[in-house]
Amino acid sequence: MSDRQSTNAYWKANLRIIYISMAIWALASYGFAIILRPLISGIKIGGTDLGFWFAQQGSILVFIVLIFFYAWRMNRLDREFGVEE
Amino acid sequence: MTQFTLNLIFIGITFGIYIGIAIWARAGSTAEFYAANRGVSPVMNGMATAADWMSAASFISMAGLIAFTGYDNSVYLMGWTGGYVLLAMLLAPYLRKFGKFTVPEFIGDRFYSRTARIIGVVCLLIISITYVIGQMTGVGVTFSRYLEVSNSTGLWIGAAMVFMYSVLGGMKGITYTQVAQYIVMIIAYTIPAVFIALQLTGHVLPQTGLFGSLNGTDAKFLATLDQVVTDLGFRSYTGHHGSTFNMVLFTLALMIGTAGLPHVIIRFFTVPKVSDARKSAGWALVFIALLYTVAPAVGSMSRFNLTTNMWPGAASGETFSQPAVSLESIQNDDDKQWMRNWQITGLLDWEDKNGDGLIQYYNEAAADSEPLAQVIAEQNLQGNELTNVNNDIMVLANPEIANLPGWVIAIVAAGGLAAALSTAAGLLLAISGAVSHDLIKGALNPNISEKGELFAARVSMAVSILVATILGLNPPGFAAQTVALAFGLAASSIFPVLMMGIFSKRINRQGAIAGMLAGILSTLVYIFLYKGWFFIAGTNSLNDVPAEWVLGISPASFGVVGALINFVVAFVVSNATEEPPEEIQELVESIRVPRGAGQAQAH
Repeated sequence: MSDRQSTNAYWKANLRIIYISMAIWALASYGFAIILRPLISGIKIGGTDLGFWFAQQGSILVFIVLIFFYAWRMNRLDREFGVEE
Repeated sequence: MTQFTLNLIFIGITFGIYIGIAIWARAGSTAEFYAANRGVSPVMNGMATAADWMSAASFISMAGLIAFTGYDNSVYLMGWTGGYVLLAMLLAPYLRKFGKFTVPEFIGDRFYSRTARIIGVVCLLIISITYVIGQMTGVGVTFSRYLEVSNSTGLWIGAAMVFMYSVLGGMKGITYTQVAQYIVMIIAYTIPAVFIALQLTGHVLPQTGLFGSLNGTDAKFLATLDQVVTDLGFRSYTGHHGSTFNMVLFTLALMIGTAGLPHVIIRFFTVPKVSDARKSAGWALVFIALLYTVAPAVGSMSRFNLTTNMWPGAASGETFSQPAVSLESIQNDDDKQWMRNWQITGLLDWEDKNGDGLIQYYNEAAADSEPLAQVIAEQNLQGNELTNVNNDIMVLANPEIANLPGWVIAIVAAGGLAAALSTAAGLLLAISGAVSHDLIKGALNPNISEKGELFAARVSMAVSILVATILGLNPPGFAAQTVALAFGLAASSIFPVLMMGIFSKRINRQGAIAGMLAGILSTLVYIFLYKGWFFIAGTNSLNDVPAEWVLGISPASFGVVGALINFVVAFVVSNATEEPPEEIQELVESIRVPRGAGQAQAH
């Protein structure tokens, strides 16, 4: 595989990880916390519903997990393609 | 020991620490001044980023914003944290790999255009100056409130403080002071929050206390809060009252605005490696979340405490089971001392309108709702008698409302100052870097020596501090519009141009310039239409009310539309003109892979 092909494959793999992460990012904030809140309002938590928890706590926790997942996954990808520092 | 002495001691100790760091972390080169020699560990940088990011607004105002609106203002919690996901995945690692010193420098190099770089500088200056004025005013206000000096004296003391460590140490000095300031800030925020959560719910963690039961009962805290505030005619705390569409748009505007703020982006230039930039964004969010997940608990619990203070019966959820607090109690009782203290500052006030010796607090606008209407008739109420409650009091008066010892109040004072000073310093560095590196070295005098540039950077820093202080003393109209203006511009100009520069090889000089201009101008015009042209009061063409917003988009949310316009215009113009040169396409290839970041350091 030439250098350029390998770089392209690395970039495509990176984009795929970004797409998945961004889908979860949007689901936790715009989804559960806002748009889908009425749908999941049946799930009660501490005097209110799950959507409220996502809006004030859950989304932030999901964001943190996402960034560390991305950092970990990219480190592995860097090594697979031999482009790590 | 008086409260004044305690405040003086705590603020004095923290300032001593900052000065010590300033002397230890002097910068000897431009690499140290602009990027702390790229030697900051990811965790340290995360902590510094958190302090850089969390301003006087996050520390003092955010809990109050949530307290009086409830669920609808969750947009600030999500919007101001979700941007870090974008930073970690879309911007920070690649900009670190690029390995230069400022945001406009990337724009200029990637789009091989000095014009693009200058537009970047102009956006950066508008964003950062708007933002820094708020911080300087915050410093003045905090000083005057806790140290009994005038607002302007407080501002000058704060400016002298920032001058010490930022002119001497540049990014290096600022980074390590920000680490110290983060620690002060988070202790100051957490201690009162833990006490209040314990008092109300028996939970040590405010984050779980928010969803816990009220002490000694089976009633959930949030359910009781909803009950009590709706009894008084206010909107329910956990309910969704605004437009869903605008809530989504505003959250997105805050997220991409956050990711496009230059003073936050440059923090990621300080870490040694690309992989550190990714990890560091995660750490930054961990440290930010320590405050942001506590803020909704502080907001809701202090709202509850305020309400039970006014209506003792509310503590059991039976709002009107006991009479409202009496004027005599407010004027004499020890546990109402805080009300008298804060009345002096003008943040709290009351008036016995119907002369019954009681102070009844309720929402006048909902006077016909039950059970409020009945109470109004029975007690012959002539209007809400808690005539003024400032949002900021929710954090500032918290320790006193909860009867915490004097040293906690002193820590909150030191924390408020740390929040304002750390953000001010980060902004001033972004401003002075743009002036000395992008304008002086990049445009006016490219042959300036390393020593000459370092000197120019220090002078620009000193001048920026002076200008910020003077603007802080006489805040212009636009200072109050930080959220609309700074986040709108960052979202509509800087975020899209950086993202396209990394993720597309096809966007060229013409596309980037046309896109940025279209993004900024559309956003500015939309904001000016509702907020007044150049923020001059009374010159607005349309009223800033939801009914008059185009498609229901508020001026503060328009950054998303501006960003979209930027993307579309850049795409169309680029495809109608020639491809970027070969070496630019290679530059894009190289910033996409981590290997080689070390060499890029040798600038």
